[in-house]
Amino acid sequence: MDLFSEYGSAILEAFLLTLRLAVFSGTFALLLGVVLAVFRVSPVPVLRWIGAAIVYTFRNTPLTLVMFFALFGLVYQLHIYGPPEEVTLSLSEQNFWMAVLALSVYTSTFVCEVLRSGINTVPLGQAEAARAVGLTFSQNLRLIVLPQALRSVLNPLASVIIAMIKNTTVAVTIGVVTATGVNEASGQMRTMMENEPNQIVLIFIIFSIGFMLMTLPVGFLAGWASKKFAVIR
Amino acid sequence: MKLKKIAAIAGALALAGSLAACGGSDDTGSDAGGDKIKIGIKFDQPGLGFKEADGDYSGFDVDMAEYIAEGLGYDDDQIQFVEAVSANRETFLKDGTVDMILATYSITDERKAEVDFAGPYYVAGQDLLVKADNTDITGPDSLNGKKLCSVTGSTPAQNIKDNYSKQAQLQEFDTYSKCVTALQGGQIDAMSTDDIILAGYAEQFPGEFKIVGAPFSEENYGVGLPKGSEDRDKINDLIEKSFEDGAWEEAFNDNLGESGYQLPEPPTVDRY
Amino acid sequence: MSTSVLYDAPGPRAKALNWVYSGVTLVVLGFVAWLVFSKFNETGQWESEKWTPFIDADVWNNLLIPGMIETLRAFAVGSLLAMVFGFVFAVGRLSNLKFVSIPCGIVVEFFRSIPMLLLMFFIYFMQPSLGITPTSIFWAVVLGLMLYNGSVIAEIIRAGVRALPKGQEEAGVAIGLTSGQVMRTILLPQAVRSMLPAIIAQLVVLLKDTALGYVLGYSELLNQVKQLDTNFHNLIPAAIVVAVIYIALNTVLGLVATWIEGRTRRVARTAAPVGHAGAVDPVADEAALAK
Repeated sequence: MDLFSEYGSAILEAFLLTLRLAVFSGTFALLLGVVLAVFRVSPVPVLRWIGAAIVYTFRNTPLTLVMFFALFGLVYQLHIYGPPEEVTLSLSEQNFWMAVLALSVYTSTFVCEVLRSGINTVPLGQAEAARAVGLTFSQNLRLIVLPQALRSVLNPLASVIIAMIKNTTVAVTIGVVTATGVNEASGQMRTMMENEPNQIVLIFIIFSIGFMLMTLPVGFLAGWASKKFAVIR
Repeated sequence: MKLKKIAAIAGALALAGSLAACGGSDDTGSDAGGDKIKIGIKFDQPGLGFKEADGDYSGFDVDMAEYIAEGLGYDDDQIQFVEAVSANRETFLKDGTVDMILATYSITDERKAEVDFAGPYYVAGQDLLVKADNTDITGPDSLNGKKLCSVTGSTPAQNIKDNYSKQAQLQEFDTYSKCVTALQGGQIDAMSTDDIILAGYAEQFPGEFKIVGAPFSEENYGVGLPKGSEDRDKINDLIEKSFEDGAWEEAFNDNLGESGYQLPEPPTVDRY
Repeated sequence: MSTSVLYDAPGPRAKALNWVYSGVTLVVLGFVAWLVFSKFNETGQWESEKWTPFIDADVWNNLLIPGMIETLRAFAVGSLLAMVFGFVFAVGRLSNLKFVSIPCGIVVEFFRSIPMLLLMFFIYFMQPSLGITPTSIFWAVVLGLMLYNGSVIAEIIRAGVRALPKGQEEAGVAIGLTSGQVMRTILLPQAVRSMLPAIIAQLVVLLKDTALGYVLGYSELLNQVKQLDTNFHNLIPAAIVVAVIYIALNTVLGLVATWIEGRTRRVARTAAPVGHAGAVDPVADEAALAK
């Protein structure tokens, strides 16, 4: 198939970039999501308000705009990489990390809400018992409540991660490319559809399979893990 | 009973949808009375074809379009501008959505097979826009290690990377105005597209940018017409007339005069 | 579990500590805000000429309001189609006939597992080969919205039906109804009622999803940032204003959802007991995450 001989390596590069976006964003989103969830259940009112405000803002703003603010706000206005004339980072790296940042923050608000609903499934007695034996808030969360909450929300958490993998496609709006200038998967697919108008169906199938190879294992893994680690009550 | 309510909500949504659909479609011109001329222009290219926030249209293409329409016997209020995005230009001419197109529309053999062209009324070339004080970018082959901005899917940028400066870094955005923002902020070093389009952006910031002036392609902008149009000769005459009576130069100076970009010689109309 | 169970009522020392934490947080927050403000100030983002366009009626009449109308139009048509799609495929997947349920299941799972942007690109670029000219961006956006969100709604409805007590279906069959009648008159009405909040939450998501049309160049709200910037060179202010409009639109829809949820809960109390998907509903959560 000449489509593969011409675009094979570009397709592979595109998906590797997408995968890299997904791995970094997923990791940071989970960590940040836990922090946000802790904020939202913490005894300090100000932290609860901030947590709620962040979650509300990012959940209701299109991801496209979040990415936009990351690049045009943080890089172009706030110069987080330093003054433009001194930036040594390549464009591809710079845009990549901004996409990771935007995806992480955006996704973390969903992780936070999933965790919070997980905390709601932990029976009252667990936390009360923990308090009764003298655990502090942080010990209570860390040792008793969060481990149980996490285990009960593996499936919805996987859904969040799957959606995040699909959301990496929005990175096309700020021009995330590899060092050799290949776009992430959705941008690469668009380029190919523009160049090869006669093979659009085939191109679509190739890229769909590529995404299914990334999203389906996450779902299966979560299904298996949620059974294995189910909290039996 | 619940279902009825849902049906009612669904119905309301459908109604809203169809109402909005009616509201949205009137700018594509359903009133195809013979006394109007529908001209396809760009809406998003300042200095060339641009829809202002107050609803007016401005630009070189717009002025030329008005001149031609007037010459064909239409009043100003008989002209209706329609947004012609690049991908839809041929189909718009074929299915009668527009009567003619002036939208940085390059004459190519491929397109000539599908539509007719009058003109060219302007010869543009792919060029680079840099900050006014930049001295080290002199042409497409001086971009190694530099950051170059263009719009998504545009061949010009890829052309530079493939044929001139292999080490150039590409930034792609969906609009040139974002490239301009990045160029102003120093996040990129140059942006590339047709020189007259670049001039339109330079015009918005007099003195801040300059066009390098080393064009590395030739684009003949023509007036797109439906295949077999009877107005073609007349429009060719009008284009030549605009070169002579100063209307062409005036259209340029009114819209791009402060860009620092010099008006080239008028092209020769190609009556193929 | 209410969150306050996680910690004891604060005593004098804890109260003092909370004040310290609050103070530190506010100082950090204030510092970040000041940093952003002053940097934006340095680069001239607060200049009045960048903001005055937003008190100009022309800007609202010619850019922002048409943008909002396009967004709402895609939302209205998209959500209607998504609900139709959702009903059809939920019923299809619940069918006893394998040759109906399996294909329906594949369709639903497929559209849920690939990005919506891919779908929109595909529909957009497919049109010329199908002889559809001029290429419609609107339908590429709306059909993309329909296929993904419709699949999610199908799963929500299916989950609703499956959560119903088995006796509901058995009782229907026992009095001689066909399986189609059972579905139509007994199962679906109850499932839809119990799942209405989740369905509406998905429609809220769909509203936010319309912003993907931006990538194709559909002239919805987000695209107006582009026009505003070309007119007034106020990229950041324009993006801020548009973000606020999105948040406002979503808030209004969210309030409608909450209101309907409250109503359905009230009704449910007097009706036959209905299985309720708990707070941890994977489908609804995935639904909420899409852009």
